[in-house]
Amino acid sequence: MKPPAFEYHDATTVEEACTLLSSLEDAKVLAGGQSLVPLLNFRLARPAHLVDINRIPGLDRIYERDGGVAVQALTRQAAVEDSDLVARVCPLLTAAVRLVAHRVIRNRGTVCGSLAHADPASELPAALLALGGHAVARSTRGDRVIPAADLFTSVMQTALAQDELLIEAWFPASPAKCAISEESRRHGDFALAGAVRSGDRLALFGVAATPVMADPSHPTKGLSPSGDLEATPEFRLHLVQVLTERLFAA
Amino acid sequence: MKVNGTSHPAPADPRRLLSDHLRHDLGLTGTHVGCEHGVCGCCTVLFDGEPVRSCLMLAVQAEGHDVTTIEGLAAPTAPLHPVQQAFHECHGLQCGFCTPGFVMSVVGLLAQHPNPTPQQVEEGIAGNLCRCTGYASIRRAVARAAELSRP
Repeated sequence: MKPPAFEYHDATTVEEACTLLSSLEDAKVLAGGQSLVPLLNFRLARPAHLVDINRIPGLDRIYERDGGVAVQALTRQAAVEDSDLVARVCPLLTAAVRLVAHRVIRNRGTVCGSLAHADPASELPAALLALGGHAVARSTRGDRVIPAADLFTSVMQTALAQDELLIEAWFPASPAKCAISEESRRHGDFALAGAVRSGDRLALFGVAATPVMADPSHPTKGLSPSGDLEATPEFRLHLVQVLTERLFAA
Repeated sequence: MKVNGTSHPAPADPRRLLSDHLRHDLGLTGTHVGCEHGVCGCCTVLFDGEPVRSCLMLAVQAEGHDVTTIEGLAAPTAPLHPVQQAFHECHGLQCGFCTPGFVMSVVGLLAQHPNPTPQQVEEGIAGNLCRCTGYASIRRAVARAAELSRP
């Protein structure tokens, strides 16, 4: 229950972080640490290097651009939760971030970190997908925009390259009819299954290796969720059906 | 880093968790360690005034920052902090293992919501586990702490 040994790098500029990521073998970015440090403590992750971005100034902004809101790499989830700008432009993001763990975790956890961690049962990747947002990846090679549809590739795997830092996530303004709903055993737990509505678009989470888009009329079509101690595959499919009906009844 | 107002050097080993640094290097054993993956809430401390999990931070990350532990809420000879007083009055603890984490979380909750609604209280303590009280007395303690904190 203690992290394995690693070499610690305390980056103070984005350029320094990108240079470190491009030159180091087997490096992980440390932002809020609310997903990465548990993995280190369990020794499920054993990176040789950690590049800490917490001391980079000016990387925690939330700002309006291109008809949506951009959230930078170090913006804490609690700041997004409390943001009047986010509540006005993209209330779906406000609703989604409130379902992420607990306030004490959100004080430290970052939105971009949740996206880069890409837990298939987490809320923010599904919200980004439903909204049709994107991530901006930065490296010494330059910036690259990765649409949400291309970002999540498998369980906790993304299209980010080893040398890329997820510098910013962009969430389009949410349409009038938008909502997120999930079922979990306890408040703050990862969802057994969840659904996000953005207008006519539906994204599901907790039922596949990545968040997935689905047809609101046939939300379970083509799904084969896994079963575990918490829920059978059949129960997860049932939840998808019920959650979708609720979201689209409103 | 400053811990309860006193400056300390950060540990040399970067993999030292903040929770372990507080307990083993600084002897501040009021911060308890339960699950070490952010679920139980026992290790909650204030980091620059906001409650965080000390088991999910590296001690080196606290360099240049202010950390407040349960020991820092009230001096040994001073009256209890209002949240401590409320837990005492309302029997918000039995074995006491989870209590420092609850108290630090509630300090953060009341800073955010000085007059919390019952739902805000429930959400505010949902990230801390207690196996003794059944939470009813803790909920009462939070309401009492809000009263005691009013000027």
